[in-house]
Amino acid sequence: MDYMTLLSVLDGTVRTAAPLVLAALAGLFAERSGVVDIGLEGKMLAGAFAAAAAASVTGSPWLGLLAAILAGIALSMVHAYATVTHHGNQVVSGMAINILVAGLTPTLAFAWFQQGGQTPILQSGERFQSITLPLADALGDTIPVLGPLYREVISGHNILVYAAVLAVPVTAWVVYRSRFGLRLRAVGENPSAVDTAGISVAKLRYQALVICGALTGAAGAYLSTAQGAGFVRDMTAGMGYLALAALIFGKWKPAPTLAACLLFALADAVQIRLQGVDIPGIGIIPVQFIQMLPYVLTVLLLAGFVGKAVAPKASGIPYVKER
Amino acid sequence: MKRLFKALSITASIAAAGAITGGMASSPAAAQGFQPAIVFDMGGKFDKSFNEAAYVGAERFKKESGIEYREFEVTQEAQREQALRTMARRGATIVVGVGFAQASAMEKVADEFPGTKFCIIDSVVERPNVQSITFKEHEGSFLVGMMAAMASKTGKVGFVGGMDIPLIRNFATGYQQGVKHANAGAEIFQNMTGTTPAAWRDPTRGGELAKSQMDRGADVIYAAAGGTGLGVLQAVADNKKLSIGVDSNQNHLHPGSVLTSMIKRVDVAVHNCMNSAKNGTWVPGSRVLGLKEDGVGYSLDDDNKALVTDDMKAKVEGAKAQIIAGELQVQPYKQ
Repeated sequence: MDYMTLLSVLDGTVRTAAPLVLAALAGLFAERSGVVDIGLEGKMLAGAFAAAAAASVTGSPWLGLLAAILAGIALSMVHAYATVTHHGNQVVSGMAINILVAGLTPTLAFAWFQQGGQTPILQSGERFQSITLPLADALGDTIPVLGPLYREVISGHNILVYAAVLAVPVTAWVVYRSRFGLRLRAVGENPSAVDTAGISVAKLRYQALVICGALTGAAGAYLSTAQGAGFVRDMTAGMGYLALAALIFGKWKPAPTLAACLLFALADAVQIRLQGVDIPGIGIIPVQFIQMLPYVLTVLLLAGFVGKAVAPKASGIPYVKER
Repeated sequence: MKRLFKALSITASIAAAGAITGGMASSPAAAQGFQPAIVFDMGGKFDKSFNEAAYVGAERFKKESGIEYREFEVTQEAQREQALRTMARRGATIVVGVGFAQASAMEKVADEFPGTKFCIIDSVVERPNVQSITFKEHEGSFLVGMMAAMASKTGKVGFVGGMDIPLIRNFATGYQQGVKHANAGAEIFQNMTGTTPAAWRDPTRGGELAKSQMDRGADVIYAAAGGTGLGVLQAVADNKKLSIGVDSNQNHLHPGSVLTSMIKRVDVAVHNCMNSAKNGTWVPGSRVLGLKEDGVGYSLDDDNKALVTDDMKAKVEGAKAQIIAGELQVQPYKQ
């Protein structure tokens, strides 16, 4: 693998990791507040649909993003209402959202656009375009090693990728440095202590789920209006679950979660790259074997390299005030 | 369970809609009349590609004959057999199954309803009441392969397939032969999207595969991947390179970026099937449509006029004539 190949793989890694990072951070907010959110997948899918539909109708990707965020928040509120207000089972509620969205999105798309459960293909003005960072071409040619890295990997992504990158330190700051974050972590570990201190557990969890919904919506918008150009049925293809896995690998901490997302994305990019390539001494590796790689990696990591992952203590348990 | 209920309710609602628009199709009198039905495969009726071509054929039949047809879009594996059986049970005279994946389901259902006529596209089902229509995809792919090689400036071209099955390998092998025929030194990158039917509708992954091929220097990419191909064409258009569409004429999707489309006349096959059944000229058995029968070809219209030079056209037409005359052999994929 020469340097340019490496850069192209890394470039692919960044593109694939962006939606995972957004969704995993969404999960982080929810789970840190003590609400298990298996519905990331469904909310992403709803976001993808809302973004594509709104962008197609209005012609603006920004309105699409707004619609996606609103769709994500709306579903998050359904989840919150069921699990926080009515103490429902969080896994069941999350699964219900996934199944609901999987059926609802193509149905709505069919009713609105009459294109068999898809949205119309978005034109270039209706999507987030890639941004060339200042001096990318100049630096890429003059500075060795770092120049091409800047030009190929760091520059040339759409705005949502940079938003995802920025979301990691912001999340870390909010969770560890702000008053809201302190309370958020406390409510995920020991809600009764928070309640005793006179802070509403339900309000905090609702707030966390609003953030969660907004982030999943943005992740969905990335899929349909930035990376792709339109909504296609089931287009999230399990990415929400992968984000959840990354969150667990990352032990519910922002930076390690980012690393886990990048690792998954790298495995995917390498897999795409290795397909059909004649490797000296080995020959062409069968497609099936290469497609197995990310899963093998997952099993290996789970089996021992990560160590024990301890979830927030109150995660998954509805908080009921004692009578 | 919920999904099953969903599937059942969709089946029921589509059947109900058919009954309304088709004019009392469920009454015995109407059941004796001519009632065509079509079952689309995964990827959906509006995949701008394979299934859409079938849809166009069925629509043309409807327009010409004034006879409504019943339709169903398969969204998961288990629905194929169910859909074919429902159509036959509800009195369809002819049931068209679109796609190779419906073969095993059709074998069963054709046995259960010996009085019903069936057509299958892209596969062979040997039953006395089934007409099987397959295409020589390798011949059409050969021609677009030649065009790819001639249009490429880097001498590197790509191929993105959908699900890794012999049918798609057949596209790939014809394409390779065509590329090498026009430029023996050309390099070809080949990727398959996946090994499950989900590979037909994963435009995100299709786009990533195309980007990785372009990073390696490919400047013309042929997508034979149903709905996934839309992502390929999009990624190629974003990078201002050339792509080749498949099955339907996809030139209009990104004018100026789609070099041509390998057209598979699924529309003609579906139309013929329904029409011959209506006229009483329908015969069971196997039909193979190649360049000679005009079953495959490449598209040339206003959208790609500027991309195809006269020289390219002349060479491709020359090769086409040679293939039809049998002077030039295009080998199909051997399993």
